[in-house]
Amino acid sequence: WVPVVGLEIHAQISSNSKLFSGSQVQFAAPPNSLVSFFDASLPGTLPVLNRRCVEAAVMTALALNCSINKKSLFDRKHYFYADLPAGYQITQQRVPIAVNGSLSYSLCIDNKMSQMVTKTVRIKQIQLEQDSGKSLHDDTRSQTLVDLNRAGVGLMEVVMEPDMCCGEEAAAAVRELQLILQTLGSSQAVMAEGQLRVDANVSVHHPGEPYGARTEVKNINSIRFLARAVDYEIQRQIEELENGGTILNETRAFDSKLGCTVPMRDKEGKQDYRFMPEPNLPPLILYDAKSLPANMNHQQVVNIDWIHGRLPDLPSVKRTKLVEQYGILPEHSFTLLNEDGLTEFFENVVKQTQMKPKKVIGWILKDLLSYLKQHSLTVKERRGLLITTVVKQNPVSSLILADLLNLLEKKEISSTAAKQVLAELWKGEGKTPLEIVKEKKLELIQDQKELEQICQTVIDGQENEVMAIKAGNQKVLNKLIGLVQRETQGRSNPVMVKQLLEKKLSE
Amino acid sequence: QVSAALKEGHVSPTELCQRCLSLIKSTKLLNAYITVAEETALKQAEESEKRYRRGQPLGVLDGIPIAVKDNFNTAGIETTCASNMLKGYVSPYNATVVQKLLDQGAVLLGKTNLDEFAMGSGSTDGVFGPVRNPWSYSRQYKEKSASKAHSEDKESNWVITGGSSGGSAAAVSSFTCFAALGSDTGGSTRNPAAHCGVVGLKPTYGLISRHGLIPLVNSMDVPGILTRCVDDAAVVLGSLAGHDPKDSTTIQDNFKPFELPSLTDVSKLSIGIPKEYHAPGLSSEILALWSKAADLFKNAGAKVIEVSLPHTRYSIVCYHVLCTAEVASNMARFDGLEYGHRSDMNKSTESMYAATRREGFNDVVRGRILSGNYFLLKQNYENYFIKAQKVRRLIANDFVKVFGSGVDVLLTPTTLTDAVPYMEFIKEDNRTRSAQDDILTQAANMAGLPAISVPTALSERGLPVGFQFIGRSFQEKQLLTVAKWFEKQVKFPMIQLEEVKRHDHNAFQHQKSASFS
Repeated sequence: WVPVVGLEIHAQISSNSKLFSGSQVQFAAPPNSLVSFFDASLPGTLPVLNRRCVEAAVMTALALNCSINKKSLFDRKHYFYADLPAGYQITQQRVPIAVNGSLSYSLCIDNKMSQMVTKTVRIKQIQLEQDSGKSLHDDTRSQTLVDLNRAGVGLMEVVMEPDMCCGEEAAAAVRELQLILQTLGSSQAVMAEGQLRVDANVSVHHPGEPYGARTEVKNINSIRFLARAVDYEIQRQIEELENGGTILNETRAFDSKLGCTVPMRDKEGKQDYRFMPEPNLPPLILYDAKSLPANMNHQQVVNIDWIHGRLPDLPSVKRTKLVEQYGILPEHSFTLLNEDGLTEFFENVVKQTQMKPKKVIGWILKDLLSYLKQHSLTVKERRGLLITTVVKQNPVSSLILADLLNLLEKKEISSTAAKQVLAELWKGEGKTPLEIVKEKKLELIQDQKELEQICQTVIDGQENEVMAIKAGNQKVLNKLIGLVQRETQGRSNPVMVKQLLEKKLSE
Repeated sequence: QVSAALKEGHVSPTELCQRCLSLIKSTKLLNAYITVAEETALKQAEESEKRYRRGQPLGVLDGIPIAVKDNFNTAGIETTCASNMLKGYVSPYNATVVQKLLDQGAVLLGKTNLDEFAMGSGSTDGVFGPVRNPWSYSRQYKEKSASKAHSEDKESNWVITGGSSGGSAAAVSSFTCFAALGSDTGGSTRNPAAHCGVVGLKPTYGLISRHGLIPLVNSMDVPGILTRCVDDAAVVLGSLAGHDPKDSTTIQDNFKPFELPSLTDVSKLSIGIPKEYHAPGLSSEILALWSKAADLFKNAGAKVIEVSLPHTRYSIVCYHVLCTAEVASNMARFDGLEYGHRSDMNKSTESMYAATRREGFNDVVRGRILSGNYFLLKQNYENYFIKAQKVRRLIANDFVKVFGSGVDVLLTPTTLTDAVPYMEFIKEDNRTRSAQDDILTQAANMAGLPAISVPTALSERGLPVGFQFIGRSFQEKQLLTVAKWFEKQVKFPMIQLEEVKRHDHNAFQHQKSASFS
């Protein structure tokens, strides 16, 4: 069986005001407090295109290697629904703002993050359109409550061709898109706040045969759920077909609690949206350096080349730079970018410590990250901000971690001791690493003579082992080192201990 | 003239306002007004008076009473579109054109009657009843109809105003206001202007903002101006035209208001007579007048030539498809949820929608919605909507060719006949009537061109006949200059109304008394 997965992604544009009206864009505002006359579809109101939204779409199109249509058109898509006040949505059906792009994303071949493979998915098009309001169904009182705050907010619809084959690929592609959007600033793309919505189109077929019927899966609220929903649907379709059934061309909703997809009752029969050109909006004309007329007011137009010149480094570029600059592995760069604020944190630690980045990265990705995940924290550094909400903060700032790593680098403590200190730091009692080291007496023994004495004591107590070593069995040396460690309660530098033991044994 | 009178203190804004208000009351029979905003009008008049006393009027329009068709949004004053759907609807904002007039100090007397949602050519299909043409009560008409059978009730002999801006035309014609706003989508300003003996101007599409005008066909609607003379129309145009950031279909170029020159030499003018406008149903009377009008120009030295606009005969059908499609789309917002009428039916959202729309819209509106949706169906879109757009382009190109060949202005009749009696008009349905009556005016809307109807002469029945000039895109100055010259030549007679005689209106008469023909 060959599964085929395509995606339709709606990203809310990050802008101050809506796509065609001046009302504000804000999450979780009191119901119906951000609604202009146009949003409420009061008769006689007209749409006025928001320039910032166009720029956001152009940025995104450029980042996704699309061809930008210098002339694109707006259309009306008609259907009746309580959260669509005008009875139609303004979208771009005939000629969208951008077409034919691509997105590269990476997957781990195995689960150990040690081998990554790069895949590409084609972007069919990007179009600008209005978001709808929200309706809440109150079945007990048989009423529907409508909030139009979201009605008219600008959306970029990104259509990904069915080049993916499983949940993991879909999730990775969306994750990468999310990072790109966040880097560009064109969308905050937080799925939990509805700023990024993903619908998956899934079908299966036998190799060499035509594509099977596809279903559309909606109501996917996180990237993890996306992977699960897609994989479930693929399985469901395979089972259905193997049992001799057929796949209906339908829309299904993902039930996150049950982990399955169920048919949605809304869509009975095919809807005819009666598309019609939007007569109140002239064609959207974009310019580049060549086509820009000489006397045109710079403020009045959107210049593609100007935007291109101001694009920030995309995630793929950032990763390459991290690898080059710090000598870390590509897989490391992925994890760094994947966690919000982790790159900044890493770079801050590197700045403040003598430890080489190649070593620092291990501490960041293994120790620090696992603690963060365990306690569901983010590492975003807040400098000088008044924390008014009760949000658990990461107590290990980059400065503190850098201090700890410095102690390790200067060989004042062993790496085992460092892990102990870190565990203590997590309690967030405000002690510095040095304080904890002193408190728990974790300093490495610096006194050469003391160490020599202990080594001698151990040697004296282990005649058999000494003989074995002198006979040529070097492995037994480790046992002696271990014994010294025990004597010193882990406060001895194993390298130094080994050297001392070897010296003594060769005497 | 009245503006000068105000300035010199011969009459005060409040006096003027009160006279108009009382005239409205005494001409209530005409049913020209849906809402009379007496209190606010008087307040506006008072404010204007203060300004005049200070010697600081805002402009020519300061203190001038005006009326606005009831499909323009007026903040605080009911806007109904003569429909049950919007009965009681009070908009929170002013249409841009209304705001502009108010900013100039104009006094808004009230909202005028129309066909429901501006769909119709008689101003007979609104929920507040039909509008009566003031000329029905003129001495001129009564004299001519005295010979008819006396057994007929005088009442039922009244004639229609034409539409859909009939209320505005009647208001201007009966002297209750000095200028009125209408809208023009297929002729809705020019048609009633011709039937009521007033000037009706349809500006170029994109010149005046549509923000706040409840749309019929977004790609053809324009706000229309109704006045008693061409100069007045130029003044009002000057205060309304120009880019509006709230309306993305207005042009960006700067508009400069102009004063109309008094043309004396027309020898450099080229007047085109489109032969296709000799349409079936054109009365022989109007045909003869057309010839006379053309001769006026010829005798004065202008070049008058016959031209051809070959796609004229397709415009009705083309208009029908495009108009109904846009109507279906524009009316989709009337669902009873956010504003306007909401049915009591509450079994489900869908049933509430259905009941609300059935209760709120009349047959005409519902018919157009159904047609429009049909044409927009996926399987029909190519054959109807796209085809109609292509035909529209051909119609517009006809004009481009003609104007490109050196013709400055086209001269055509505005209507096929003079105003018909109401009882006769309603014998045919709205769709049939619209198809017939729009034929001479519609093409200008398709092509977005400016056009003006100028009252020309009285028919044999004593009713006004108007003639239309169609001009080049955005060349309103040239168009109005020609219209003004024509107006001067024809000397259309003033309406002689009983009610009006009782009021002393010498201070504000713009028409010359001698008649043409």
